Amino acid sequence: MTRTGFVVANLFRKRVRTILTLLSVIMAFLLFGLLQSVNSVFSSGADFVGATRLFVQARVSFTTALPVSMVPKLEAIAGVTRVAYLQWFGGVWQTNTPLIMFTLDPQRYHDVYPEWRMPEDQWQAFEHTRTGVIVGRQLADQYGWKIGQKIPISSQIWPQKDGSKAWAFDLVGIFDGKDEEWQKRTNQAFIQQDYFDEANQFGIKGRTNFFILKLAPGANAETISKTVDAMFENSPDETKTQTEKDFNISFVKQIGDIGLIVRWILFAVFFTLLLVVGNTMAQSVRERIPELAVLKTLGFSDGSVLGFVLAEAFALVLLGGLVGLALASIAGAMVEKQTGGQFLLELDGGVWLLGVVAIVLMSLAVGVLPALRARRLKIVDALAGR
Amino acid sequence: MSEPMVQVHNVTKVYERGKQKVEVLHGLTLDIPKGDFVALMGPSGSGKTTLLNLIGGLDKPTAGEITVGGNRIDQLGSGQLARWRAHNVGFVFQFYNLMPVLSAEANVELPLLLTKLSAAQRRKNVAVALEVVGLADRAKHKPRELSGGQEQRVAIARALVSDPQLLVCDEPTGDLDRKTADEILGLLQVLNREHGKTIVIVTHDPKAAGFARRTLHLEKGQLLEQAA
Repeated sequence: MTRTGFVVANLFRKRVRTILTLLSVIMAFLLFGLLQSVNSVFSSGADFVGATRLFVQARVSFTTALPVSMVPKLEAIAGVTRVAYLQWFGGVWQTNTPLIMFTLDPQRYHDVYPEWRMPEDQWQAFEHTRTGVIVGRQLADQYGWKIGQKIPISSQIWPQKDGSKAWAFDLVGIFDGKDEEWQKRTNQAFIQQDYFDEANQFGIKGRTNFFILKLAPGANAETISKTVDAMFENSPDETKTQTEKDFNISFVKQIGDIGLIVRWILFAVFFTLLLVVGNTMAQSVRERIPELAVLKTLGFSDGSVLGFVLAEAFALVLLGGLVGLALASIAGAMVEKQTGGQFLLELDGGVWLLGVVAIVLMSLAVGVLPALRARRLKIVDALAGR
Repeated sequence: MSEPMVQVHNVTKVYERGKQKVEVLHGLTLDIPKGDFVALMGPSGSGKTTLLNLIGGLDKPTAGEITVGGNRIDQLGSGQLARWRAHNVGFVFQFYNLMPVLSAEANVELPLLLTKLSAAQRRKNVAVALEVVGLADRAKHKPRELSGGQEQRVAIARALVSDPQLLVCDEPTGDLDRKTADEILGLLQVLNREHGKTIVIVTHDPKAAGFARRTLHLEKGQLLEQAA
């Protein structure tokens, strides 16, 4: 028997209570790990290192369209090899299944995204069929679409010239991703920009939501980004240029200040945990007043008794905290895999360190009052039940 | 009998209960020689448990001196008193006060965590203590798996394991049937006669007091008489 063994034995004196409390701690730290990772993603500064593509949108919002006529100016920038553009179509399959669907220039898109794998004859068919649509493998398999089929798709935004929002496209190609990560993104559909410009009722022509700049190997993404934005500063079409990753993040940030939301959620979670675990520790010490008095009669000092109670609180929170963080690591990896790397929820060293600090602080918070009570108890009064 | 193991000189103990002050012991003086087996008897409120607590170093007198084994324990700070208790006194309580989450041998080993003994040496000492009280075969059992008498034996083993010279027992047979009580008291007699332990017990039971070498009667915080 050791002091540690004694602490652990007391921790599990009421097994059900301890397990339920542990589960609360595990859940709290699971949420902490995931939310803190989310926070890290949204709080991290722009990282241009290694970027091979840049996204250019209107500075105000990506919903504000930019003129396609900007393409030559963008392609003239040193380090930019090719420019593609995408406009949101807002496609809907059948009654209410939204699709990730854009209008684009087929050849340009093909050049900027070599990660898509589709036979050249299908790319050619897409380029030469104005009503053509290409879809990703996931979509094709999900809805059983075959090449040659006419696919009726309506748009949430754009009616045709006859006023109907019901469009129809000829399926001329199905694309795959170059690897598992890109294969997970084959849930998109693309139609020709030219056809859209010709057929939409609003007469929207030559406009797009974002440009995608393909960079030359070794090009300095950050410099190019600043060049683009400086080029259009103080014009009617001011731009915001960022990496693909930051573009995805800013997309989600439309919801609100993610960092603030995360902090408030974590505060609520840990406050509740403080009450739950604090109550468990207080109850545990209350039940054991005579035993703690006996420890003192045996010769354990006031400090030792305080130490036993604090150690118990620490063991409880440490065990639950480490399991919770480990589960968050696993869950984060699963999310990353499921989203094809689009959403990174990695528990890096910083999150783990914060987690350990939180464990220590929480242990102190829940353990200090019961520990002080144990330290202060008078042997004679405690043994007499006073 | 030899030199005194316990010397209580003019001890007074006053408890404060809210605004009231209760004087439980009044200028009490007594000596307990080394190797003695003394029973303290008296009605409720006579101060016998208070005296026991003072002798055992669980409390300090309001006035007077207490010397145990040559140490003025009334002058020790709480930390020093805790260390002194660990090495000099063994306690046995009416309701055993074992740790319910530990086995018998783990309970007995608890006081040894305060020593510098190795794990192997601790296990050896525990085995010896359980052997002395006749419970070597119940070492792995938890208190809830033991009878009252067995629990009290474990408590005695725990009190003995660090080899103190003084055993202090507060109503050790108060919760036991007659037969079991006699067994426990017989064990205490063996510890006194064969192992030389000085034992002080508090009891309401005249039969239990009969196992001691002498009985001291307290009433209203003062010694009345000494009976052999």
